[in-house]
Amino acid sequence: MTEFFQSLGMNYEWAWGVATIAGILLIALPLMLAVAMVIYVDRKVWAAINLRRGPNVVGPFGLLQSFADGLKVFLQETIIPSAANKGIFILAPIVTFTVALAAWAVVPFSATAVLADINVGLLYILAISSLSVYGVVMSGWASNSKYPFFSAMRAAAQMISYEVSIGFILICVVLFAGTFNLNEIVLSQAGFGLGFVNAYVVHPLLFPMWVMFFISSLAETQRVPFDLTEAESELVAGYQTEYSSMSFALFWLGEYANILLMCVLNAILFFGGWLPPFDWEPLYYVPGIVWLLLKTFFFFFMFSWVMATVPRYRYDQLMRLGWKVFLPLSLGFVVIISGYLMATGHYG
Amino acid sequence: MIQTVAFYLFSVLVIASAVMVIMARNPVHSVLWLILAFFNAAGLMVLVGAEFIAMLLVIVYVGAVAVLFLFVVMMLDIDFAELRAGFVKNFPLGIAIALVLLAELVLGIGAYRAGMIELGVASVATAPVLSASNTASLGAVLYRDYLFLFEAAGLILLVAMIGAIVLTHRRRPEGARGHQDIGKQVRRDPEKATVMRQPEIGKGIDL
Repeated sequence: MTEFFQSLGMNYEWAWGVATIAGILLIALPLMLAVAMVIYVDRKVWAAINLRRGPNVVGPFGLLQSFADGLKVFLQETIIPSAANKGIFILAPIVTFTVALAAWAVVPFSATAVLADINVGLLYILAISSLSVYGVVMSGWASNSKYPFFSAMRAAAQMISYEVSIGFILICVVLFAGTFNLNEIVLSQAGFGLGFVNAYVVHPLLFPMWVMFFISSLAETQRVPFDLTEAESELVAGYQTEYSSMSFALFWLGEYANILLMCVLNAILFFGGWLPPFDWEPLYYVPGIVWLLLKTFFFFFMFSWVMATVPRYRYDQLMRLGWKVFLPLSLGFVVIISGYLMATGHYG
Repeated sequence: MIQTVAFYLFSVLVIASAVMVIMARNPVHSVLWLILAFFNAAGLMVLVGAEFIAMLLVIVYVGAVAVLFLFVVMMLDIDFAELRAGFVKNFPLGIAIALVLLAELVLGIGAYRAGMIELGVASVATAPVLSASNTASLGAVLYRDYLFLFEAAGLILLVAMIGAIVLTHRRRPEGARGHQDIGKQVRRDPEKATVMRQPEIGKGIDL
């Protein structure tokens, strides 16, 4: 895009700056729209599984429900508890939202449509997603109220636990791809399975890693069955209890942006990203972004499916799954996979 | 141009937030300033072209170490008056440590100005790998040139970790509160866990 702005007569630095800002807007604005629609989809899927109708009043089929909700919170009064630590209380939702958006900078939507095509893309995503715990912890502490505080404690422990095994799973993918760059990871999956399927997940050693990654991404985004941080039967609404109006909405938006990011990561790392599912010439005529969105949507459907069907974990079970099951398993698979790759001559 | 602006932005923020770490009254604020300092230090790393180190800095320090700091500090019940009471008593010691650090800093910069120390091993590594990507060249240095030193460091850390676990681990005896046998919990079935009784009206049951 820089070249386009350069052709309009700007020098390189200005063209780069304008192109970057345009790129950020091109990702962030559709993302916000996607978040609004995905919340609607989420509610419709739960409703369908519960044999209810779901939102069906605002707009055709209730399509505008999320926008009505957005307008509602926008018009509400922002209440800051008098005992709260004001600065951090306001900062917390901003941090959550900003961090959720920042991770999208390295996501490749097609071979060329990526804002920052950096060498360490996967590490960048890991770094940014490890920041998202701060929004929760800060809000829990700053609210100066016991339920948000409990929730913050739980969130800190939970997200650190699952990040460890996510790190090991990502290392397995990196071992196969030989790079941290997300675009190259996608490209290395072309014709991976029997020279025909464009996905890492078909490999017998990587399929269990994908299952673990999917479960860990549920835990990382605090979705059911791991939504201990906002378990309404124990903690009211968890860290969001004292929030109202737009500060509450920012948490909401950030949470769904994170969920979408995890869905995209599932698609990119294990299901071939923007590549078509099969290495067959006519499928390449469909733009890459369509394939990526289809895969992302599929994973989002799985997220809401899990939400509608699975009961919540107990906290000690959650910790046990993270540290005593996933950590040894993923560590073992790192050893097995690197041994396998050395034995089969993947690294000459 | 933009590198210069970014450099000054990051370095000013690092220094300012480092100052705020020790100036902040509230320890939680201190930790949050510390996190900001880490974050901007990572920005500086990106500027010198060490993006791998920058990401590791964020993942390890910001993502794990600082979270644990925050975790502990948040739960402390700190009496500020008591903290400040020790100030006068510890002041001379603090000044002494500050002077030692200042002297070391001056010495260090002086030594750096004087030129590099000639070491036998320095000529072996680094020179040819600079052209490769950051991650690859770091891997080449750590796992090829200094493999045994690196493995030894890893082994020492492993021993330290096992030591910490052995020191703090306590095995709960069977049947004690907090002892859980997950296999046993999973094997439990309704027939063994519950009984159905039909008590007559007005009479209780014996359990």
